[in-house]
Amino acid sequence: MSVSTEPDIAEVKERNRQLIQDVLDVYPEKTAKRRAKHLNVHEEGNSDCGVKSNIKSIPGVMTIRGCAYAGSKGVVWGPIKDMIHISHGPVGCGQYSWAARRNYYIGTTGIDTFVTMQFTSDFQEKDIVFGGDKKLAKIMDEIEQLFPLNKGITVQSECPIGLIGDDIEAVSKLKSKEYGGKTIVPVRCEGFRGVSQSLGHHIANDAVRDFVFDKMEDKPATFDPSPYDVAIIGDYNIGGDAWSSRILLEEMGLRVIAQWSGDGSIAELEATPKAKLNVLHCYRSMNYISRHMEEKYGIPWVEYNFFGPSKIEESLRKIASYFDDKIKEGAEAVIAKYKPLMQAVIDRYRPRLAGKTVMLYVGGLRPRHVIGAYEDLGMNVIGTGYEFGHNDDYQRTAQHYIKDGTLIYDDVTGYEFEKFVEKIQPDLVGSGIKEKYVFQKMGVPFRQMHSWDYSGPYHGYDGFAIFARDMDMAINAPIWKMTPTPWKQEPDYMAIAAE
Amino acid sequence: MPQDANNVIDHFELFRGPEYQEMLARKREQFENPVDPTELARVREWTKTEEYKELNFARDSLTVNPAKACQPLGAVFVAVGFESTIPFVHGSQGCVAYYRSHFSRHFKEPTSCVSSSMTEDAAVFGGLNNMVDGLANTLSMYKPKMIAVSTTCMAEVIGDDLNAFIKTAKEKGSVPDDFDVPFAHTPAFVGSHITGYDNAMKGILEHFWDGKAKTVDALVRVPNGKINFLGGFDGYTVGNLREVKRIFELMKVEYTILGDTSDVWDTPTDGQFRMYDGGTTLEDAANAVHAAATISMQEYCTEKTLPMIAAHGQETVALNHPIGVEGTDRFIMEVARLAGVEIPEALAMERGRLVDAIADSNSHIHGKKFAIYGDPDLCFGLASFLLELGAEPVHVLATNGSKGWAKKMQALFDSSPFGANCKAYPGKDLWHMRSLLFTSPVDFLIGNTYGKYLERDTGTPLIRIGFPIFDRHHKHRYPVWGYQGGLNVLVTILDRIFEHMDATTNVPAKTDYSYDIIR
Repeated sequence: MSVSTEPDIAEVKERNRQLIQDVLDVYPEKTAKRRAKHLNVHEEGNSDCGVKSNIKSIPGVMTIRGCAYAGSKGVVWGPIKDMIHISHGPVGCGQYSWAARRNYYIGTTGIDTFVTMQFTSDFQEKDIVFGGDKKLAKIMDEIEQLFPLNKGITVQSECPIGLIGDDIEAVSKLKSKEYGGKTIVPVRCEGFRGVSQSLGHHIANDAVRDFVFDKMEDKPATFDPSPYDVAIIGDYNIGGDAWSSRILLEEMGLRVIAQWSGDGSIAELEATPKAKLNVLHCYRSMNYISRHMEEKYGIPWVEYNFFGPSKIEESLRKIASYFDDKIKEGAEAVIAKYKPLMQAVIDRYRPRLAGKTVMLYVGGLRPRHVIGAYEDLGMNVIGTGYEFGHNDDYQRTAQHYIKDGTLIYDDVTGYEFEKFVEKIQPDLVGSGIKEKYVFQKMGVPFRQMHSWDYSGPYHGYDGFAIFARDMDMAINAPIWKMTPTPWKQEPDYMAIAAE
Repeated sequence: MPQDANNVIDHFELFRGPEYQEMLARKREQFENPVDPTELARVREWTKTEEYKELNFARDSLTVNPAKACQPLGAVFVAVGFESTIPFVHGSQGCVAYYRSHFSRHFKEPTSCVSSSMTEDAAVFGGLNNMVDGLANTLSMYKPKMIAVSTTCMAEVIGDDLNAFIKTAKEKGSVPDDFDVPFAHTPAFVGSHITGYDNAMKGILEHFWDGKAKTVDALVRVPNGKINFLGGFDGYTVGNLREVKRIFELMKVEYTILGDTSDVWDTPTDGQFRMYDGGTTLEDAANAVHAAATISMQEYCTEKTLPMIAAHGQETVALNHPIGVEGTDRFIMEVARLAGVEIPEALAMERGRLVDAIADSNSHIHGKKFAIYGDPDLCFGLASFLLELGAEPVHVLATNGSKGWAKKMQALFDSSPFGANCKAYPGKDLWHMRSLLFTSPVDFLIGNTYGKYLERDTGTPLIRIGFPIFDRHHKHRYPVWGYQGGLNVLVTILDRIFEHMDATTNVPAKTDYSYDIIR
């Protein structure tokens, strides 16, 4: 385990460079050349992390990435609670992603909300051969009959749809007309499109633009607008994250008119062009629609970070700067209100965590966004990487978050991640379910940083207390002292036991 | 402010206080355009009616909450059961992320598997290059002894030919000529994960037995006295296979477990990650052709594999996930017959202990009505056991069950007076089951983790038996096969019944006269 004294930075860089070389040495030449571009040791002052990103994964290397369907159905659209999202194609995609992402919501499931259900067209061979459009149309009829309170339908395309030439757009248009202009959204998020979940986010954003915004332009707002209306963009309410964020925005005097998309509704999507400001948490998955709303409706957007008190404080002030003094004072009042709680959390947990090292590998936001929260607890993030980040994510990471010498790994392979952690032996790894047990077997404490390991929320002040508690319980669990088999550590155990 | 540094509360309690409740009510009222509460209540009640059930059963296109997954999941299950074997799924990469997550959430273990990461260009030009590069990369990084290839629906739709691709990859030097790369086409739009199990198992055995895709001579079968064992796709594979091995050893049967996942999904935490552990050796897989017979615990997981084995000259026996006394009796006696061994006294004692336990407890189960869903063989095994216990498996549903399966279930019901009011539902999903539980209620529901939504909606207490089990831990370590396994299932059922009894009799001065200390 690492010690809490400051390591020599030149040594760290040299070790990290050697580690990169060691893993590259194992690959065939062509693969080594390609992977080399995704691995780097960060040099302070550089404007990005010095890695290529958002390019195709290499076959056979055990990438951790998912697909465009996961980015659209799993991330962007799936949490919209009062719509029915059809996993269109074979049964598997919808089955494996069924209720797995912990997008919390309030509603009567199966009656007026549908998030934790699995609606699928369950494609059979005949649907592949003869096409699935007729079946899709019939499915929409059956949905209307059996789930009459649904407020809209999306068609989440799985791989075969784009390959067999189905026209889901035509079916959606026809059925929308038949049901009096009902929102029916065809989404071309086939899993083979793009290189990761990321293109699925983009396609899903575009589908909101084309099939929600462009349809409702003349509709009046269903509420009286106020000068303090904001929309939360890019918070999926995992374990309640959007709720523990919303409460702070409301406490500072703002009014949240929409949540995208955790605990969100179609009415909220439609209301968003009336916002005065879009506040954007997950830049990677929802910058597209934010930019669109800026261009089309003139709504400014601001990125914020609600992980850990330092970043929350900074973010509250940044958001307030778009408004008048009332809101600015509101932000200061919120910061002051929670200061004693934050101090108490830090007083309790920092002594147990200070100096501990962390390696992260998450999706498109958290590889940078959670770094501040760890630092608030005195911990050091010594390695990080994105599953599906783009260059602008690595720029933000380099410019605002990471320290000199940090090991960077983009679209890491199972092999690389294992070797890096084995050698560096951080005190904690934060990544996903596929990685969790690999590292725990190695005796390295782990927290899932997609699902909060079934805990949460981690956003906001209330969330930071939970984050701190969880990191402490992971790292300081007594079990990690017991992973080595004692008699293998002490070959003379027979003699010692006899004494 | 509800949060407290000295008593941190998370999602379970945080949102229940007035601060959050008022915030959520405001959100709903002002921005969600909520459904009128009267209308909501009306529709909710309507979904419980016979009228709704009929509409629900009349649908022929929409599937809601199915209890099945797709073929490649079964192929991955098979592959990891062989020594140092990595599953390689040819097609889109997102699928592999899903299989790995799915297994890890159930077993709480790592699951290693690679993808050929096909994208749009491969959709146009085919995935040959992905196969060529992929095999080479996998071999150099993960140093497997075997790479077992299957397909996602993408590769199937564009018609990639695995046999030709693997041959070409070998010609291009991706892996050595004699390196074992068995394969199976596993289209997701045919069958389910149990079909994938069947295809992949057949693919691996044919590879070894029939001349490794025409690269060597086919093996000539020289019959010996061994017994091959096929477990089928099984969420209890770790506990079950260990129990089966113990039974075989007690019986002094020479055996080969084909696809032994009991170690790779139960590796120790001792500082070392074992990507591979245990598994059927490649030598044993090949020599399995010489066995006297093969016994399959799950007929519907081995519908193609068993006839292929029979065609090689072995006797084959297919069971239906035997659980309980008579199912286990048949299993043990079949094994004894096939191997020509006597059944040791130890097993008679184990059997007697299970009968003893049932005799002690069955009055709590007798006459109770159950609904069951799951894979077809598991449904059969559980229904048989319930009939033994004097319970009525009223609704038995398998989304991946065929008409033939339903017939077999009906024959089982007909064999027992307790089966008189029971019915099998092939091809139906859990939204159908929801209607059944409202219109013809039962006392308990048996199913996987997703049954908790039915428990919430209908109030039917759930007994978690099946796959996947995500929200209870370590159940896969306990067998449900053998007499010992029957005891585990019995206790699982009893525990839930007793919990339910206590939970419904604990109102002081009202119902707590039945809150008995002895049951």
